[in-house]
Amino acid sequence: MFAYLVRRLFLMLVTLFGISIVIFFLLRIVPGNIVDILFAAAGYVDPADKVNLEKELGIDQPLVVQYLHWIGGFLRGDFGYSYVSEKPALQEILPRIPITARLAGLALLFSASIGIPLGVISAVKQGTKLDYALRVFSLSGLSLPSFWLGLLILTASVAMFGQMPIFNPNPQTWLEAFATYAVPAAAVGFRSAALTMRITRSSMLEVLRQDYIRTARAKGASDAAVNYHHALKNAILPVITVIGIEAAFLIGGLIVTETVFNIPGVARFLVEAIRWRDYPIVQNLVMFIAIVVVFANFTVDMLYAVFDPRIRFTD
Amino acid sequence: MTEKSDIVLDVKNLKTVFFTNSGLFKAVDDVSFTVKRGETLAIVGESGCGKSVTALSLLRLVPDPPGRIVGGSVTLEGTDLLTLDEAAMRAIRGNRISMIFQEPMTSLNPVMRIGDQIVEAVRLHRNLSAKEAHDIAVEMLRLVRIPEPARRAGEYPHQLSGGMRQRAMIAMALACRPALLIADEPTTALDVTIQAQILALILDLQKELGTGLVLITHDLGVVAQTAQRVIVMYAGKKVEEASVEALFAAPKHPYTRGLMASIPAVPASGVPAQARLNEIPGTVPSLVRLPTGCAFAPRCKLAIKRCQEEYPPLADWGGGHLAACWRAAEVAEVA
Repeated sequence: MFAYLVRRLFLMLVTLFGISIVIFFLLRIVPGNIVDILFAAAGYVDPADKVNLEKELGIDQPLVVQYLHWIGGFLRGDFGYSYVSEKPALQEILPRIPITARLAGLALLFSASIGIPLGVISAVKQGTKLDYALRVFSLSGLSLPSFWLGLLILTASVAMFGQMPIFNPNPQTWLEAFATYAVPAAAVGFRSAALTMRITRSSMLEVLRQDYIRTARAKGASDAAVNYHHALKNAILPVITVIGIEAAFLIGGLIVTETVFNIPGVARFLVEAIRWRDYPIVQNLVMFIAIVVVFANFTVDMLYAVFDPRIRFTD
Repeated sequence: MTEKSDIVLDVKNLKTVFFTNSGLFKAVDDVSFTVKRGETLAIVGESGCGKSVTALSLLRLVPDPPGRIVGGSVTLEGTDLLTLDEAAMRAIRGNRISMIFQEPMTSLNPVMRIGDQIVEAVRLHRNLSAKEAHDIAVEMLRLVRIPEPARRAGEYPHQLSGGMRQRAMIAMALACRPALLIADEPTTALDVTIQAQILALILDLQKELGTGLVLITHDLGVVAQTAQRVIVMYAGKKVEEASVEALFAAPKHPYTRGLMASIPAVPASGVPAQARLNEIPGTVPSLVRLPTGCAFAPRCKLAIKRCQEEYPPLADWGGGHLAACWRAAEVAEVA
C-alpha cells in the first residue's frame, strides 16, 4: 500500500510537470504578448519602448530560460506579479478560489444528489413511462450547453420576475449564500446530473440482475433496502468515476457560466487573463486547477478501495 | 397416514406463466405437492423443466414482468402465501421459508461482510440488537462448520472458497430457523469432494432443526441419498411422484426411466466399460409451442397415437405413486 502511494505520488508529479510544459508553450504559441496588446491599443509604437518593456517583464529571454524562471518560482512559492494589475499573482488568485470552489462544490452536490437517486429510480422502473420521462430529461441535460441554459435562466427570470439574479459578494446568511450560488450551480451541474443519472441507471440495471440481489429479496429485505443498500453499493463505482471526471470538466463549464452570471470567480478571471496574455496569472492558475484535478482523480481511485473490498492497492 | 398438522407446505395446482415476445408459456403448469416437517422432497428434471421457477414461485420471487403466478395455492403452516400482500410476504421470506441458490460464487453480496449479511437476515425478522444478531451470525457460521467463525464473519465473500460460501449461504438461510428450506441445486457448482460435505451438512441441520426441505436437482444420485419422496417434472408439469424406494424400484414414466438409464454405471472389474452413455434423444420442447398431447411423446420410444392427442392424467399406481403416462404399465417391461 505504501509503495503504491509513493508510486502514485511520483506519477502525479510527472503529470503535473507535463502539464506545466504544455501550458507554458501553448501560451507562447498564441500570437502576441501583453506588450503587443498594450501598444496596439495605444496606437503608437516606439520599438525601443516595446523592447524595454519586454525586457522589464522578462519575456525577451529564451523560452527555456523563461520556463525555468517560472517553474523555479512556482516551486519556491513565488508566483510572480500580474502583468495587468501589477499585484502579486497569488493575491489576485486566492480570493477568487472560494467563489469558484463553492460553485463547483454545489454543482457536484446537485449532480450527485439529483443524478444518483433519479438513476436508481429509472433503473428500478425500467421500461415504464417514468423511466422514459427520466431518460428524456437526462438526454436534454446532456444536450444543453451550460452557457445556453444559463442564458435561458437569465432570460426567463427577467421575463417572469422583471429582474435577474445578481451575484451577491457578501451573503449574510446561509440562505442568501445558497440563493447566490444555487442558480448558476444548477445551470452548470445539470449536465453532470444528467450524466450521473445515465451512468447510475446502466450500472444499476447491471447489478439488479445479479444473483445476490435475489438472495437479498429471499431474505425478506424491502425494495428500498434491496435497491439502495444492496444494489447501489455495488453499482456506485462507475458513478464515482464519472463524478470524478466531471469535476474536471466542470471547470470548462464554469468559465462560461461565471461569465454569463457575472460571477468574479477564477474561471472567468482565467479567460480575462488569457485575453491579456497575462502569463503569470494563466500559468499559475492552470497549475492550481491541474493540481486540484489530479488530486480529485487520486481521491476517486482511493474511494474504489473504500466501496469495493475486493480492490486493494498492492504493488 | 400422518396428521395434517405435520404438513409444512401444501402446494395445490400451482401455475406460473411467462409473458415473452414469442408468446405466453407455462413454466409451471398445475403442479401440486406437499412437504412434511423434517421431510425431504426432491424435485427432479432437466434444465428448463420448471424446477427453479417452482421454487421461486413458492417464495413469490418470480421476476414480474415477465413472469406471474396465475393460479393455485401455496399454503405454508396454514397460510396461503399467494393471498398475502407484499409486506406480509417479506415477513415470511427468510423467516419461515428460505432458499439456498445454485451459485455460491455470485449469490452473496460482494461488498458486504459475511457476518453482516447473516445479521441482516436475522434483524429483518427478529427484534435484536446488532450485538445479539452478530452473536447469532457467528453461532450459525459455527453450526455450518466454518472454522474460526468469529474471524470469518468479518470477511468478504471473495475471501472464502466456493464451499465456504455455500456454507455461509446455508447459515444465512437457516439463521431464523425456517419451517421450510428450498435448496436449488445447492451442490451443482461445487467440486465433487465438497458436494457430499455440503449435502451431508444440509441433511444434518435439517434433522437438527426439523426443517422441511425441498431439494431441487437434476442428479438422481443425490436424490437417492437424500430424499424421502421425489417429484419428476417435465416441461412445467409434474409427470411422476413417488417415494424414493418406489421410484427407483419401478419408475412409471418413460422420462424417469430415461433419466435413470443415463446415469453412468461404474463397471465391475473385468467387465468392459459401456462404450456410450444412454441418453434421452432430443431436447425439452419449447414451452411456447407445446404439443397438444404428452410433451414427452416426441422423445418417447413408447409413444403411441393417443400420446400425441391427449395429455395423460396423473394416475395413482398405489402407495401415492403417481404417474402421468398412458403406457405406464408397460414402462417396466420395456426397460
